[in-house]
Amino acid sequence: MRMKRKEKKINGSKLFDGFNYCLMAVILLCTLYPFYYTLIASVSNGSDVIRGNVIFWPIGVTLEAYKRIPSIANFFLSYGNTIFYTVFGAGISVIVMSMGAYALSRTRLKGRRVFGFLISLTLWFKAGIIPIYLNMDSLNLLDTRIGILLGFACNAFYIIIMRTYFEGIPVELEEVARLDGLGNFGIFTKIMVPLSKPMFATIALYCAVNRWNGYFWSMILLKDIKKAPLQVLLKKIIVENQMMSALDSSAGFDFTRETLVYAIIVVSIIPIILVYPFVQKYFVKGLTVGAVKG
Amino acid sequence: MEPGKQTCRTPQKRKWWKDFDLYLMLCPMMLLILVFSYKPLTSLVIAFKDYSPYKGIWESEWVGLEYFYEFFHSAFAWRTIRNTVTISLSMLIFGFPAPIILALLLNEIKNAKFRKLVQTVSYIPHFISLVVVCSMVTSFLSPTSGIVNAVLKSLGFEPVYFLSKPELFVPIYVIVNIWQTIGYNSIVYIAALTSIPDDLYEAAKVDGANRLQQALHITLPGLLPTIMVMLLVQLGSILDVGYEMIILLYNPSIYETADVINTYVYRSGILEGRYDYATAIGLLNSVISFILVILANKVSKKITETSLW
Repeated sequence: MRMKRKEKKINGSKLFDGFNYCLMAVILLCTLYPFYYTLIASVSNGSDVIRGNVIFWPIGVTLEAYKRIPSIANFFLSYGNTIFYTVFGAGISVIVMSMGAYALSRTRLKGRRVFGFLISLTLWFKAGIIPIYLNMDSLNLLDTRIGILLGFACNAFYIIIMRTYFEGIPVELEEVARLDGLGNFGIFTKIMVPLSKPMFATIALYCAVNRWNGYFWSMILLKDIKKAPLQVLLKKIIVENQMMSALDSSAGFDFTRETLVYAIIVVSIIPIILVYPFVQKYFVKGLTVGAVKG
Repeated sequence: MEPGKQTCRTPQKRKWWKDFDLYLMLCPMMLLILVFSYKPLTSLVIAFKDYSPYKGIWESEWVGLEYFYEFFHSAFAWRTIRNTVTISLSMLIFGFPAPIILALLLNEIKNAKFRKLVQTVSYIPHFISLVVVCSMVTSFLSPTSGIVNAVLKSLGFEPVYFLSKPELFVPIYVIVNIWQTIGYNSIVYIAALTSIPDDLYEAAKVDGANRLQQALHITLPGLLPTIMVMLLVQLGSILDVGYEMIILLYNPSIYETADVINTYVYRSGILEGRYDYATAIGLLNSVISFILVILANKVSKKITETSLW
């Protein structure tokens, strides 16, 4: 009797394992398939894509859609803008936030509780869309690159992560460096930064990804399409495309237009997908550092 | 050891003016926060004023609570509040448990390589921009050229205008959201799982507990503090539904179920230029959210001794 029950349990356990592996495989598939489909649709014949023939592999392989990308007005300009916002945005954020977070991590700093409170409060109480817009307007930063760069440079969550990290570095190291004649800034750049490389990598990556993907504030604050990042142009193209293909159905149908959207998506996510495998461990590290709680 | 500790403490007790460079390092960050996070708060007063860009924020005339009165007497109040709460609650019921379940199931996968693969892949959507995700959704669901309808048609069904059907918006929103965030949100729980000591499981095995019992009596209680913190964050942002995604997905034919408070603020403020009115509604939203965070935190402190601050 006892043997029998034990056997049953093992079977139940095996059954669950099998089910679990299948479920995880389904999750893998559900996550990857939209990307895979976008890729195969972008290199397929437009009419086959519309008829739904393209499901597992590309049909009527053509690079027609990709050839059309350079003819999109401002495409390369906005790609350049995105790179600009990503590099400088992440750079400014990391420099400003790390210096501030380091200062806040020193217990001798007067008023650090007040500063810390002011920073944490921004997590919970946000001014809202319109006040932020009006504030940019009053600072004459509407439609400027510098407004986008500075206005969204600080993030309370990242500051707290950085501060917690600096607090974890033994204070003895600071004392030794001070005996060597280093000032606070020297200690920060020569001791603290090299010791916190993984944390810096993580925060820089997060800021870069946020910049690369950000669209809402660029859409609202930048009126001039020549300053807009790729995401704003992408949204514009897709909206226009939908209107055009609605008009199309009466006249001759432009099949490549349907696959053009997929080609643009592929081009815009390629940098993220390419660097992802190399940097993903830092993403995870960052979140678990934050989970330790500040 | 003791004297050593003493010398280490000394730099923390220096005269404050010797650390002026430390204060200098703090300056840029605090300045940016004051200018871009706190200064906007001053324009909240236009919620009670008839704002005119020529007169400026301070010279504009007071109108008291007129905009709140107008909002609550318009058809938008009921619609946007109802939709906000519906979408948030749906996310709470379906979206919140999803990453916890994923973390628990991943924990049961013994093959480390496969587990790592599922984890790594499931984070990807989080790093894809909303514009791209929403473009994929609208393209896939398109009634004329989308793959979903093409498959439906080949199976003999009528094409469905997914993004024009009010009753389908909330499910689509929830599914897309879960797709994008499930893996990434599970990281916190997976990290918490690794901190549960192994000897607890060893002891349970000796006592004859099976895997389900181990999961229910060791894993889940071990996760509870993390779950509570995440729940608090979610409860506090219940009025803060992802309007950026909604703006990309909705259209006038589904405003009935898709228009939330913040999308309405965006339309009436940015698109129609009624800054004062939109600020008033946004303020209402923030104040209620703020109260919700504090309440949720209080309740949690009482019940589980877990709190955000």
